[in-house]
Amino acid sequence: MKKSIASLLLGTALAVTTAGAAFAQDKTVKIGALSDQSGLYADLGGPGSTLAAQMAVEDSGLAAKGWKIDIISGDHQNKPDIGTAIARQWFDVDKVDIIVDVPNSGVALAVNNVVKEKNGVYINSGAATSDLTNAQCSPNTVHWTYDTYMLAHTTGQALVKAGGDTWFFLTADYAFGAALERDTTAVITANGGKVVGGVKHPLNTPDFSSFLLQAQASKAKIIGLANAGGDTTNTIKQAAEFGIVKGGQKLAALLLFLTDVKAIGLETAQGLNFTETFYWDMNDQTRAFSKKFSEKMKNGAMPTMVQAGVYAGVRHYLKALDALGGNPHDGVKVVEKMKSMPTEDELFGKGEIQPNGRTIHNAYLFEVKKPSESKGPWDFYKLVGTVPGDQAFTPLSESKCALLKK
Amino acid sequence: MQALYAQLLVGLINGSFYALLSLGLAVIFGMLNIINFAHGALYMMGAFVAYFLLNLGGISYWWALLLAPIIVGIFGMILERTMLKFLAGLDHLYGLLLTFGIALIVQGVFQNYFGSSGLPYSIPDQLKGGVNLGFMFLPIYRAWVVIFSLVVCIATWFLIEKTRLGAYLRAATENPTLVRAFGVNVPRMITLTYGLGVGLAALAGVLSAPINQVRPLMGADLIIVVFAVVVIGGMGSIMGSIITGFALGVIEGLTKYFYPEASNTVVFVLMVLVLLVKPTGLTGRAA
Repeated sequence: MKKSIASLLLGTALAVTTAGAAFAQDKTVKIGALSDQSGLYADLGGPGSTLAAQMAVEDSGLAAKGWKIDIISGDHQNKPDIGTAIARQWFDVDKVDIIVDVPNSGVALAVNNVVKEKNGVYINSGAATSDLTNAQCSPNTVHWTYDTYMLAHTTGQALVKAGGDTWFFLTADYAFGAALERDTTAVITANGGKVVGGVKHPLNTPDFSSFLLQAQASKAKIIGLANAGGDTTNTIKQAAEFGIVKGGQKLAALLLFLTDVKAIGLETAQGLNFTETFYWDMNDQTRAFSKKFSEKMKNGAMPTMVQAGVYAGVRHYLKALDALGGNPHDGVKVVEKMKSMPTEDELFGKGEIQPNGRTIHNAYLFEVKKPSESKGPWDFYKLVGTVPGDQAFTPLSESKCALLKK
Repeated sequence: MQALYAQLLVGLINGSFYALLSLGLAVIFGMLNIINFAHGALYMMGAFVAYFLLNLGGISYWWALLLAPIIVGIFGMILERTMLKFLAGLDHLYGLLLTFGIALIVQGVFQNYFGSSGLPYSIPDQLKGGVNLGFMFLPIYRAWVVIFSLVVCIATWFLIEKTRLGAYLRAATENPTLVRAFGVNVPRMITLTYGLGVGLAALAGVLSAPINQVRPLMGADLIIVVFAVVVIGGMGSIMGSIITGFALGVIEGLTKYFYPEASNTVVFVLMVLVLLVKPTGLTGRAA
């Protein structure tokens, strides 16, 4: 009996001391990777994004400093209602601190509101809409990899300047397509071009022939593809079938990912011009990361820029936590810390996070190689040009973000 | 007006896929009374088999048209022998749940190994290029798809409705015990019929491989529309499903022209209308 009382006392004492330590330095973090895990965007984000987040945690070395970092993943199925339901459950029940990735602009904007309401951290890599750091910006949000403004001002602008002054849009009928068409149209008209027509197609359309015929009949010099993932690959493949490029019209794949080029095949994709902020074969550091990543992927895929953005975003987030020393649960405070530190990592190089949450880094104009130029299963791109971050992304003077008015 | 002709023709092309797939479903439902939700997954397998034959075995598209339906058909027959057989005579719901589960498993396995964005499969050299019809540029491959699937549809209809074998089959559905008494091996016939339906799905898969991506979810995206086609045409009606397949392709094509935003819902709106007016479908018999 005596012995048990003694052990009880000892146990209580231990519990009190460890609890005391926890109050002083709470070093537990939970990361939620929310993505399309099985649909048309799953290859560009999906399980690869979760893997990228895991690699970022491993490479951060925070575990050795006493941090306990967990990662969970969820499938939003490209539906805003499902995405917000998962986000709410993560914050309320699972005590998640940060949500990363979230491709699909419709879902991304919905989750943006939830994260703000729950004062979490939101590092979006997968979604394109520039509204995330513009009209709908939030003190809890960092938009890492790319956005529609950047795509319009790189690929779009280059095509208009090269003489492509009449455009016809094939637009995915949701927030993303609308934003990309809006931002590109602004660039076209500002450079003296004209939009002669367009079609809004439902997300995840298997057959584009009707829309392509309309684009063909419009006689526009450029057919702008304001869609993504499987929709873009189907459009490009079927455009080749209908002889659109041979007929003298040019396709503008405003948003194209590495996995899309793989799916189309170089035979059909060769010569396409587009913009990304990351490619695996840029330098020794990107190659080393990508090799490690590819070895852990079931189908051996190289990372897309979205997955690279998840890695870099989580790395920067963990650097901010390290600098804060603990207590990672106040989202606004953590994001402020992230914005106060310049970004630097192996994948995107040097950059910064602007007050509106936009990460600024270089954007690269690429061209798809000819089959004869490709030396390996993922050797797809030729670098054509580099656009510095401050020219590629929305200038703060043009941003309508409320955070800038202070 | 010229644009309209073009849209009609494009609709017909999509209609041929609907027709081939809903035909397979109709054959299986009509003869086996199974609502085959695995149909989309089997269609996808057809496309993947074509891809493997080409990339691993160097076997051309033309052989794939023959071999893929046979290989996937055998897979289907194994499914029938090992699982579906035991559901004969039970409520439709059991078959639906089982085949839906099979579809999820098959798609999951393919997705695990090949991702979701798909693999490239190019159009065979003989069918590359296109002809200018004046009102549109018609890719030769698309023309081939329409003609080939029409031939297959009519041949299947002929086999089931006009031959002695088809007569056995229809009799076996009506009264299996009696047909057995005449010395016909009914279980084997049912297995072969399921194999035929599955083979038709795989054939559609091979036909679509050069047009769409060869992706694990290519069937899942299509199967719901195809079920709507079957419901509109009347469950189990062979000719009904063929005609509705082509007709709905055309209607969908026209919607893509006049109001593209509604193009993936128009089929379901039609389904609701048909069900309200004629619950057995346009050519269906009373259950």
